[in-house]
Amino acid sequence: MLDILKKFFGAGEKRSGTVAKERLQVVLIHDRATVSPEIMDKIKEEIIAVLSKYMNINRTDMEIALETDSDSVALVANIPVNSMRHAK
Amino acid sequence: MSQIIVITSGKGGVGKTTTTANLGVGLAMRGNKVALIDTDTGLRNLDLLLGLENRILYDLIDVTSGRVQYKKALVRHKKYENLYLLPTSQIKDKSAVDPEQLVKLCAEMKKEFDFILIDCPAGIEQGFKTAIAAADIAIVVTMPEISAVRDADKIIGELGRADKNNIKLIVNRIRPQMIEKGDMLDMNDIDEILSVTCIGQVLDDENVVVATNRGEPAITMEDSIAGQAYKNIVARICGEEVPFIKPQKEGFFARLKKLFGLI
Repeated sequence: MLDILKKFFGAGEKRSGTVAKERLQVVLIHDRATVSPEIMDKIKEEIIAVLSKYMNINRTDMEIALETDSDSVALVANIPVNSMRHAK
Repeated sequence: MSQIIVITSGKGGVGKTTTTANLGVGLAMRGNKVALIDTDTGLRNLDLLLGLENRILYDLIDVTSGRVQYKKALVRHKKYENLYLLPTSQIKDKSAVDPEQLVKLCAEMKKEFDFILIDCPAGIEQGFKTAIAAADIAIVVTMPEISAVRDADKIIGELGRADKNNIKLIVNRIRPQMIEKGDMLDMNDIDEILSVTCIGQVLDDENVVVATNRGEPAITMEDSIAGQAYKNIVARICGEEVPFIKPQKEGFFARLKKLFGLI
């Protein structure tokens, strides 16, 4: 009886359409976060260009990557600084 | 001002060629001079859907390789006389045409035609890159199904990277009964996920199979719901505002009636 009532009021188990939507949202976060190595290098160069205005950075030890977990994406950068530039 | 429109999808089997055939016939029925270019080299089918398979003499590769003038390769439709098909080769493969060749050909054809519709092959490789190269507008065809929507998203990303930013969406083979039950992605879900302007919602319709069997696109059938949807898409392409007929979700009273066996 409860099942009939649940069905009647549209409650209960998640319908497959909703499941599909949720799965798509998660998978697309990952799909969209993939960046080609060429673009990644370009991003790296541009970050270096901006930072170099204010500090001397250690380019060889610099790391930059996109990290994804189940529902979000982050651009994680580890950029060692050798020294700050003095403001002009 | 003529328009070059590519019909693409990523995933195969969602209805790119069916859409191309229907929109082509629909635009021609309104008096436009229309050329359809099949770029699915090696797997050509647009000729079959239009009932023109027995009238092909030359193909796209003959044209791009410079063997014949494009006008010689065009197949004129028997019934819709301002509709022309430029078929592709069934023997060669997708590498036989490169993007520059298609851009050059379309630039030349643009002088003669109001609309050039390019039927794109499935996938995101060379054939796709060639097909989209000349287009002003990209129509992405998808279905309310998880893999088709994922592939549409990928294609939308690829189009953006190729600087093709005028992108429209057609959702094909919608089954209202399944949406009612909550067992199919609905238009709101797809809009939210893809965020691309939708210009068409086509219901799943057995008439499309009948139309394909006969080589007469569904848009020519009076009683086809898919045909009506294609007519609406054609009107929207021509700049008219046509409201969408939205499949309604089953409401409380419908469920109540069903419970008591009234419908």
